This record gives sequence, C-alpha cells and structure tokens, in this order.
Amino acid sequence: MHSPSPSRTSGATGQPAPAPIVQARSLSLVYPTADNRPVTALSEVDLTIARGDFVSLIGPSGCGKTTLLRVIADLEQPTGGSITVEGLTPEQARLKRLYGYVFQAPALYPWRTVERNVMLPLEIMGIPRAERQARAREELQRVGLSGFERKFPWQLSGGMQQRASIARALALKPDLLLMDEPFGALDEITRDHLNLHLTQLWRSTGKTCVFVTHSIAEAVFLSTRIVVMSPRPGRILDVIDCDLPRERTLDIRESPEFAAIAHRVRDGLKEGHSYDD
Amino acid sequence: MSRETTTNTHTTSLRTAVDWGLVAVALPTLAALTQPIGARGGETLGWFGGSLAPLFLIGAVLTVLAGRTAPTRIKGAWTELSGIVLAWLLPLHLLDEGVDLSAGAGVWLFLVAAILQLWRVLGALSARPGWTRSVLVPGLFGLGLLIAWEILVRGFQVPAILLPAPSRIAGALVQHAPVLWDDFRQTVLISVLRGYLMGCGAGFAVAILADRVPFLARGLLPLGNLASAIPVVGIAPIMVMWFGFDWQSKAAVIVVMTFFPMLVNTLAGLSSAERIQLDLMRSYAAGYGRTLVKLRLPNALPFLFNGLKINSTLALIGAIVAEFFGTPVVGMGFRISTEVARMNLDVVWASITVAALTGSGLYGGLALLERATTAWHPSMRRR
Ligand SMILES: Nc1ncnc2c1ncn2[C@@H]1O[C@H](COP(=O)(O)OP(=O)(O)O)[C@@H](O)[C@H]1O
Ligand SMILES: [Mg+2]
Repeated sequence: MHSPSPSRTSGATGQPAPAPIVQARSLSLVYPTADNRPVTALSEVDLTIARGDFVSLIGPSGCGKTTLLRVIADLEQPTGGSITVEGLTPEQARLKRLYGYVFQAPALYPWRTVERNVMLPLEIMGIPRAERQARAREELQRVGLSGFERKFPWQLSGGMQQRASIARALALKPDLLLMDEPFGALDEITRDHLNLHLTQLWRSTGKTCVFVTHSIAEAVFLSTRIVVMSPRPGRILDVIDCDLPRERTLDIRESPEFAAIAHRVRDGLKEGHSYDD
Repeated sequence: MSRETTTNTHTTSLRTAVDWGLVAVALPTLAALTQPIGARGGETLGWFGGSLAPLFLIGAVLTVLAGRTAPTRIKGAWTELSGIVLAWLLPLHLLDEGVDLSAGAGVWLFLVAAILQLWRVLGALSARPGWTRSVLVPGLFGLGLLIAWEILVRGFQVPAILLPAPSRIAGALVQHAPVLWDDFRQTVLISVLRGYLMGCGAGFAVAILADRVPFLARGLLPLGNLASAIPVVGIAPIMVMWFGFDWQSKAAVIVVMTFFPMLVNTLAGLSSAERIQLDLMRSYAAGYGRTLVKLRLPNALPFLFNGLKINSTLALIGAIVAEFFGTPVVGMGFRISTEVARMNLDVVWASITVAALTGSGLYGGLALLERATTAWHPSMRRR
C-alpha cells in the first residue's frame, strides 16, 4: 500500500530529495504482559518521513500510534526491525537531543513557573542563564503566552498549559517535533485555534512534525501526509498524500479538496475495520 | 419578620431581627439571675448582694446590644468579644474577693451563656479568611480553654497536686526560668537537634542509596515496620549503657526513632514522580542525578516534610524519655522525673509546658517552611 515515493509535494522544487529524518523498516514491538498474552502494538511498520514533512498518525485508539512515536523518541525499544532518526539510532538521537516531544498531557512541573518550565530543557543542556531566559521568552511569545511567564501551570487553562508544553519542546530548537494527541483533551474551539497556530508555526519554522491524532479533520488540516493505522496488530494501512497548499486557514476545511482527502482517510480507516465495533 | 432579616441579622437593627442563637444565649443568662453567685463567709451571695457583679452583667449585656447594631458583622463580633472577656473576668474577680464559687450556680450559668456567645463570635470570625481565620480564631479558642481551666480549678478548689491552675504554672515558669532554660538547652538545643539532624539525614541518605540499589529498599522496608514497633523505654536504657549519660545516648535513641520514618517517606516521595514527567526527563537525555534534582526531589517535597514533621515530635519524646534513664543533672526528662519524686508538681507542669510549646513550635515551623516551599502542591493551594 505504502509506496516509498520520495518525490512528493514539498517546498523544494527540482532539488534532489533530502535524506529522510525518520526511517523505519519492518518495525515491530510486542509488549510482554503479566497474564502472558503479549500485545503486538506494532507489526511490520515501514515508514519514511522526509525533512519538512508534517506527518499525522491516525487510527482508532490502541492501534499503536503512541507506541510508534515513543519508539522514534527512544522511550520504547522495538522488538524487531530497524529504525533510524536523522541517520542515527533513536538512542543516539535522543542523547543528542534532536527531537522535542509534546505529550498527551502538558506534564508541566507544578513547582516551576511557566517560564521556568520552558527553561527546564535548556537548564539540562547547560545553556547559560541569560540565554535560557531569552529563549524561553521567545518561545512563549511564539505560542502566544507572553505575559504569563510568572504564572504557575495550575493558574492557566488547559489550552494554555498545552501551548506552554509546546513552547517547552520548541525551546530545544529541534528539527523534529513529536506530538502525541496534544489537543486531545481540549474543546473544539480551543483546538481549532491551536491547530491554526500550529500550522503557522510549522510553516514559519520549517520543522518536521509527527503528529498523533484520532481526528480526521485535524489530520487533513495539518498534514502533508497522513498515515492511517489499524489495531490488532498495530500496522500501517495506507499513507495518504495531503497536497493542500502549505498555507492554510480554517476555511480550507469547507473546500472539496479537503473533503476528498478526508474521504480517503475515512475509507482507509474503514478498510482496517476500524468502525466494526 | 422576613427571611432576609434572619439570614443577615448583623446588618439589621435590633428591632427587626430574630436570632435564635441570641435567644439561646439569653436563656441561661436569665436563669443565672435567679441563682446565687457564690458564698462568702458562710452566707450565699446573690447577684445584687453588694459585689461588683452587676457591673459585669450590665457591661456584657451592653456589648451584645452594641454588637448587634454595629455596621458590619466583623465589627459586631469584635464588640461582642469584649463582652465575653468581661463575662470571663467576673468569676476571676469574685475569686479574688474571696467568694466561694462552688456554690455559685448563677456564675456557672452565666459562663455557659458566655461560652455560647464565644461560639457565635468564633463562627462569625472564622468566616473571614486570612490571619483572622488561621491565627486569631484558634488563638481565642485556646485562650478560652485556658481561662476555663483556670476558673474551674480555682472555683472548685482542685488541689494543686492534682492539677494546678494555668496562672500557677505560669508563675512556676517565671520563677524557675533559669533552670528551665538550662533544661531546654540540654534537651532541645543539644540532644534533640543533633539526634534529629543525624536521624533524618541518615534516613534521607540511605533512601537515596536504596533508590539506586533496589535490594536495599526491599531489605530495609520490612525492618522499618519492626523498628517502629520498638518501645522507646526498651531501647533508651540500652543506648544509655552504650553511649553514656550525655547527649550521645539521647541522639542515638532519636536516630533509632526517626531513621525509618524518614527513609520510608523519602522512598515514597521519590517513587511518586509520574511516568510522563520521567519520560520528559528522558527525552532531554537527563541522567540520574539531573532527574533526581530537577524532578524527583522537588516532587517528593510534600513527603519529605511529612517525615520531618512526624520526626520532630518523635525526637522530642525520645529525648525526654531517654533522660529518665540517665543524664547529667540537667534536661527536661531529668527535671520531670526528679521533681515528680519530690512532689514539686508546679515545676513538672512548667517542664511539660515547655516541652509542649517546643513540640508545637518545631512542628509549626516545619509546617510554615512546607507552606513556603510546596505552595504549588494541590493540598497547599489557596483558592
Ligand atoms: N506499557 C505497555 N504495556 C503493555 N501494553 C501496552 C503498553 N503500552 C501500550 N500497550 C498496548 O499496546 C497497544 C497500542 O497502544 P498505544 O500505542 O498506546 O495506542 P494508541 O496510542 O494508538 O491509542 C494497545 O493495545 C495498548 O493496550
Ligand atoms: Mg495514544
């Protein structure tokens, strides 16, 4: 199903395709469980993510989206196959701090102010204090949180907390941004707003994003490619190119092109019997 | 009378408000007036039998009236409080006049009314956040208890050997201040402080070690249960034999008592970090030390303070009990044991007071520190 065609719509025209930022070959991961019935979370996953892509992983819950993201981030060890991140093993990539990870929950440390939360990765990297602060301010401004530097996480709304956690991931200045359903717990209005924000951010920074979601509209709106996954065992059903213009507004969701791609995604999910139960 | 007047009596005038609480205060007061207020020289003494009692009565009633017409509820509460003070002062005044209160049902009924009134005032004051609620209300409550103790002991002429009045204990505190200070220095500033620092420090350090070496934790935790069941009176004489009469044996007892609570609390705190927070640290390629300092220890602070607070009380008890089994001729435990034998109960009570104040001072200080450092924790957040 998934043809490894590197020539897709991207900003680069006529230039040779750059080396993939993530490359997985027949990747599999089996979780051992206490009751001796191991769970196959990933099975024979082949995936190539090119630089500058915005790739969404979509599928019903339990299909291994989080697991795949965690394998890329070296938070989980695959039990079979191979994977490289920036040409390195995931562990090497993690130790070189090549990615930023946005978790499903904001995971801000409650004893730190918003600003000091964003400074946390920079502290660990040993960046001097003045620069730490400047970078934290810059990233907070980027996600629209200027003026909230001195607030504590629990004084912010859920959407603002999640934006702070995105700023924290951005503070590392990674080329690769891994996001696990960052807006899953938010209401639709906040979510639309943050989606718009995210697509502008992606366009202006040229980062590569891997984005987990189970919302078709969100996936189509944000992505350049959509990876459709299916559970039991977790595998990739289809990879759909999403060749809407890179510059996107919320109105694009009313266009026929948008509807056509959403339809393909829905068909892909159907094929995997995602709607069976 | 409409509903709203009864719900906010303090902003309405006396004429329109119905307040059943006030009726409950008025009833025992009226009943009190029918009863004698004591006996002097073998004769019963009535309210208007030539003492100053009517002045106290009128004063108290006036403050209630003034309180109810005050512009705000809080100002009213303050005014009523002064009336309560007057009511409490009446029996003290009568006692000074040589009146025997044990036959004075009128005074006791009057005090019942004053207690009910205090109840109402504290209720009003505790609705006000800030230091009124957190300091003043408990303070007034404690003061009320102390005065009640004073009046009961003196009114019923309880022998001082059984229970001295607070004023007598205060007198002993002043009179024996130099001795009590020496005891305090020996027991608290030397034994408790050193033992506490050693016990808590060792518990913390071993917890960090056990965190890295899992079998240590598995081996030590069952011992913790065992150690917490050891009676102090059992180990204290042994420690005195091992380490001698001076502070070392007291510190040893304290170490035994405080080590495991600190160990257990630290371990629980260290393992309380959430997986997602740990994953975050891992994604930053933070090593063990960084993760410990930046995440796990701050996250464990509420647990650490829990251990420190428990231990502050345990350390004081440990030192005092250990001093029963041998000490240089100074120390709070030594003082209590010797003065009991000499029937010098005033000094004993004074020592007990010092110990109680020290214990609550240590605990309170730690609680304040905890509030300052863990204001972020959900249990500490003020909404
Ligand atoms: N730590 C784990 N141990 C055992 N099974 C797990 C673990 N994490 C996830 N799983 C299982 O692996 C499958 C895929 O999980 P996950 O990647 O979280 O799915 P998704 O993010 O798509 O909802 C699920 O069946 C889940 O129950
Ligand atoms: Mg998931």
